[in-house]
Amino acid sequence: MQSLSLTSISPQLPPPILRIDGLTTEFYTPSGNVCAVNRLSLNLEQKETLCLVGESGCGKSVTALSLMRLIPEKQGGITSGSIHFEDEDLATASESTMRRIRGNKISMIFQEPMTSLNPVITVGDQISESLRIHQKLSPRQATKIAIDMLALVRIADPARRALEYPHQLSGGMRQRVMIAIALACEPAVLIADEPTTALDVTIQAQILELILELKESVMTSVLLITHDLGVVAEVGQRIAVMYAGRKVEEGPVKDVFDQPFHPYTQGLLESIPRRGASSRVGQCRGQLPEIPGFVPSIRETSVGCAFAARCKKASPQCGIAAPELTAQSTGRAVACWHPNFD
Amino acid sequence: MHDAVIEVTDLKKHFPIQRNLFTKATQAVHAVDGVTFSIQEGETLCLVGESGCGKSTAARTVLRLLEPTSGTIRLKGKDISTLAQQQLWPHRQHMQMVFQDPYASLNPRLTAGSIISEPLTNYFQIPSDKLREQVKTLLEKVGLRADSIDKFPHEFSGGQRQRLGLARALALKPSLIVADEPVSALDVSVQAQVINLMVTLQDEMDLAYLFVSHDLAVVEHIGHRVAVMYLGRIVELATTAELFNAPLHPYSQALLDAAPDAKVGAKRARKVLQGDVPSPINRPSGCHFHTRCPHAMPKCQTDSPALVAIQVDRWVACHLVAET
Repeated sequence: MQSLSLTSISPQLPPPILRIDGLTTEFYTPSGNVCAVNRLSLNLEQKETLCLVGESGCGKSVTALSLMRLIPEKQGGITSGSIHFEDEDLATASESTMRRIRGNKISMIFQEPMTSLNPVITVGDQISESLRIHQKLSPRQATKIAIDMLALVRIADPARRALEYPHQLSGGMRQRVMIAIALACEPAVLIADEPTTALDVTIQAQILELILELKESVMTSVLLITHDLGVVAEVGQRIAVMYAGRKVEEGPVKDVFDQPFHPYTQGLLESIPRRGASSRVGQCRGQLPEIPGFVPSIRETSVGCAFAARCKKASPQCGIAAPELTAQSTGRAVACWHPNFD
Repeated sequence: MHDAVIEVTDLKKHFPIQRNLFTKATQAVHAVDGVTFSIQEGETLCLVGESGCGKSTAARTVLRLLEPTSGTIRLKGKDISTLAQQQLWPHRQHMQMVFQDPYASLNPRLTAGSIISEPLTNYFQIPSDKLREQVKTLLEKVGLRADSIDKFPHEFSGGQRQRLGLARALALKPSLIVADEPVSALDVSVQAQVINLMVTLQDEMDLAYLFVSHDLAVVEHIGHRVAVMYLGRIVELATTAELFNAPLHPYSQALLDAAPDAKVGAKRARKVLQGDVPSPINRPSGCHFHTRCPHAMPKCQTDSPALVAIQVDRWVACHLVAET
């Protein structure tokens, strides 16, 4: 059977730092409510890297925004479920509580380093802002720490760079600044929403390595949201796969990659071209196994399993009722009527 | 030996920077700086590199969507690099383009039918019932339903739109298709469908592809040969198998090392390349890569290495490789 990999967690460990229970997030539209995240339950253990994976529109970014309560109230919000962090329930916490937590205990790195920095404020001031607000440091102290943070994310000549504006920095450096902002208050949880998607591969490798190193030195837990399974294989300890707003599979990365239980996970892993294909004689330029069809719109509500229309294992049962997430061995769970156990 | 569909020799594309209206441009962005390659019938040449290395500019200049600064482009033996637009027009039907963003590259006000028939009506006079038949055949060829001919782009998903873009490019039965990151805007599960379709179409129609991508796994899957670009120059050109098994140029090595692979456990001793790509305006002297190269020698700072053939079908521009 599968052995527990080194990276997974032994049974007696402190309680998870973040416990999401039955989270449902809906958006209000003229044609009724649209459910973007559907009864999602997820635990983020202490000091782990959990990867939330799925295609565009599956609800992974909305999950992150829900955790931070960053969805504009007029457009949508959490309609049920809870998010336990320390002694608070973030799903119902007041705005002032959230202000105390955001950027301080839970912080976030966004996908677009080009657009998520303020273009008219120097990067040094943007880093020191959260220090001045949350830790009540004097401007002088905050600036000093901001420069230290820039050095920590390995920006050369940090004292000079702190006085520069975002447009003077390259994409990779801007993402480093984002990381410095996120980690300035030494948060307990770091949410990284596609942190390397907008970057080149050589820069991506630098940034991933940096996030992992800082995770060790600052002792944070990381929730990494990505669509890139290559990134997951490289940095993740556990993986949670989402499809059409629901979690369909969860488990240690190695086990899930070795033997995906859900046909969707299996299809995803098979359909990406693998490196090393050219050294396998005869395999080159063959047909890739593909998942037929396309991702359903979240407006289409289905009674059954959302993946049934694209699934090769689908049976009449799949069209009638949506499978519940059921726990399997060694920390794994899958939501499927016909999981692949052999 | 097949005939080359396209032969590009020492192609350059510089964008002058005019600081203000009254002074002459003194500096230029050297986006493409002396690129040479050729593509045979039924062959895929992939251009890879980081953003800003000039791969998209090279692709567009080959199609004369951008005017080349110098160099020659021979399409089926005919030099098209200096032809006036009017003389170029008959040659355009042999080379078509597929764009990256399937949302932005289709006119939202035209139906699928009119999008695909536009190139046909531009070149030929076809009665409307015959035209409709041709368009339906094309739709089916790219795996769309023939009855979707009257739908508008917004009624299609991303993958279907990219199929529509392919159908438009195939309408004139071109010899060369330039595809600029055709799958990078698509969902992972849909990417495979479009890649498979492109391979099938190539085998059926003997198409030559110039495939621009930054995704090395896709390149390894679809490419016959790969050209690695850095700051406007090709630093290595080799068959896919040779390049991926044993990259020779230090930049190719770093690029392959950096790309994540969806395999767990295989922890590679990764050499993370330090620093960013230098600006294409103030490029480093000598070998452009020497500022980031782990093996840089004094010579690299002064002399620019030429792209030399070290084996059949294998070209490298590096002093280190040339010496050994």
